[in-house]
Amino acid sequence: MEQNYSIFAYLISGIFFILALRGLSSPETARRGNVFGILGMIIAIITTLLLPVIENYALIALAILIGGAIGTSIALKIKMTALPQLIAAFHSLVGLAAVMVAGAAFHNPSAYGIGQTGNIPTASLIEMSLGSSIGAVTFSGSIIAFTKLQGIMSGGPITFKFQHFLNAALGLILISVVILFCLHQTQNFFWGLSILAFIIGFLIIIPIGAADMPVVISMLNSYSGWAACGIGFTLSNNLLIITGALVGSSGAILSYIMCKGMNRSFFSVILGGFGGDTEIQSNAKVEQKPFKSGDSNDAAFIMQNAESVIIIPGYGMAAAQAQHALKEMCDLLKKKGVNVRYAIHPVAGRMPGHMNVLLAEANVPYDEVLELDAINRDFSSTDVAFVIGANDITNPAAKTDPKSPIYGMPILEVENAKSILFSKRSLGVGYAGVENELFFRDNTMMLFGDAKEMCESIINVIKK
Amino acid sequence: MEHLLYETTVFILAIFVGYYVIWSVTPALHSPLMSITNAISSVIIVGALIAVGPELFGISKILGFIAVVLASVNIFGGFIVTQKMLQMFKKKKK
Repeated sequence: MEQNYSIFAYLISGIFFILALRGLSSPETARRGNVFGILGMIIAIITTLLLPVIENYALIALAILIGGAIGTSIALKIKMTALPQLIAAFHSLVGLAAVMVAGAAFHNPSAYGIGQTGNIPTASLIEMSLGSSIGAVTFSGSIIAFTKLQGIMSGGPITFKFQHFLNAALGLILISVVILFCLHQTQNFFWGLSILAFIIGFLIIIPIGAADMPVVISMLNSYSGWAACGIGFTLSNNLLIITGALVGSSGAILSYIMCKGMNRSFFSVILGGFGGDTEIQSNAKVEQKPFKSGDSNDAAFIMQNAESVIIIPGYGMAAAQAQHALKEMCDLLKKKGVNVRYAIHPVAGRMPGHMNVLLAEANVPYDEVLELDAINRDFSSTDVAFVIGANDITNPAAKTDPKSPIYGMPILEVENAKSILFSKRSLGVGYAGVENELFFRDNTMMLFGDAKEMCESIINVIKK
Repeated sequence: MEHLLYETTVFILAIFVGYYVIWSVTPALHSPLMSITNAISSVIIVGALIAVGPELFGISKILGFIAVVLASVNIFGGFIVTQKMLQMFKKKKK
């Protein structure tokens, strides 16, 4: 009977998690969604603590206290620009926790009701291996993603000979170790498969460049869900299975959206080795072409006399932390009667929705921030497109040049605006390594320099 | 075996629920979506608590303890960061 209560309580908790995600369909309901999420988690934890198998509460309280204190202090201190690496770090913790829980279940199967040590049913062993290996891949993969985003490791892709061959070989070895583990049930095989999966996670993320991180982070998000699912199957716990499936499909859908935003197949991203994120200095061909460059006076003049301006932010805005200065600049323009809006490309930045969060942080109302489909046709009736720290996502070659590596990628059609301003550090190519012909157009003006300083200097000119 | 079939049913239905719920999330909130899914995937703490709970001391208990700490970092951190992000999304003052 007691068990039935807990199954029912876990179901309620699962429903709360679904409502939490459902809340995110609009910013108005999102905060309530987060509260549902918290309630669901509290119900799940209390229900578990009331199970007869829990006899000692002291250690549990200590562990939650330590973890809670660390988590709270990190979350309160974190800067919004560091969000992508924080999320990556959090994913790694879920992965490691999954490995630990699988290990705990292997060492004390009777507590989980899956037989006795040395006599665990094969199905449970397979589920345990899945949970642990997906968890280990999530753990090491997320650590690499974290170091790349934090700038500890070069953001460029690291490739070497026989890389894919090595990964495939390790994958086959992993499968054989899982089979041996199921046959012999020894702890050496268990930790062996976990360590192998750990190495594989490391190797699959290493060759992926920093600008592909939106896909990688979503993918690791998905993995952390599948790891929870694997553990859910091991423990025969529906709540873990439901939550894991929700998180797993969420991450998978996000990766799909990100890949579509780049018109690249999921596999080509995963196989990696596509460009670096460092801006390669302009090559000889670029230098020969004439382009116009201007300063903040020109930019301020053009924008003040415009009727409408659309801002196109990219990773450069995040890197320069220019969002507050940008918002101030736009406020001044609005006071002058200019209609200012923001256009967001799905893969702008280093994680899904990155630009939206930064603009929200700078107090930009979310109804002024529009997605690609909603704003693209407005460029032709817009006076100025102000591109700040973005490049590839505006490149018309994606539509016109079938040979270009970015061909087919949806772009923000800034080319249709009457004039285009590019706030950039140099004429260099973007992540895809493709030259942007817009730089050399008559109605384009390049504003070289740090994005934040440029906005501040435009502000000073307008104020004068 | 019956167990597994029953769990697979729940699993597949949950994927369908996830599919439809996630597609209705507005792209502007994709970052909070990642942090909240990260927080709720820490529900794995349920499995860790069962390992720490018994009086008997063993490897299982140590592993469980570490897992509870890790999952708690995520639960507290994840929900707080999500809340922080969502608080910033404001509508235009009319």
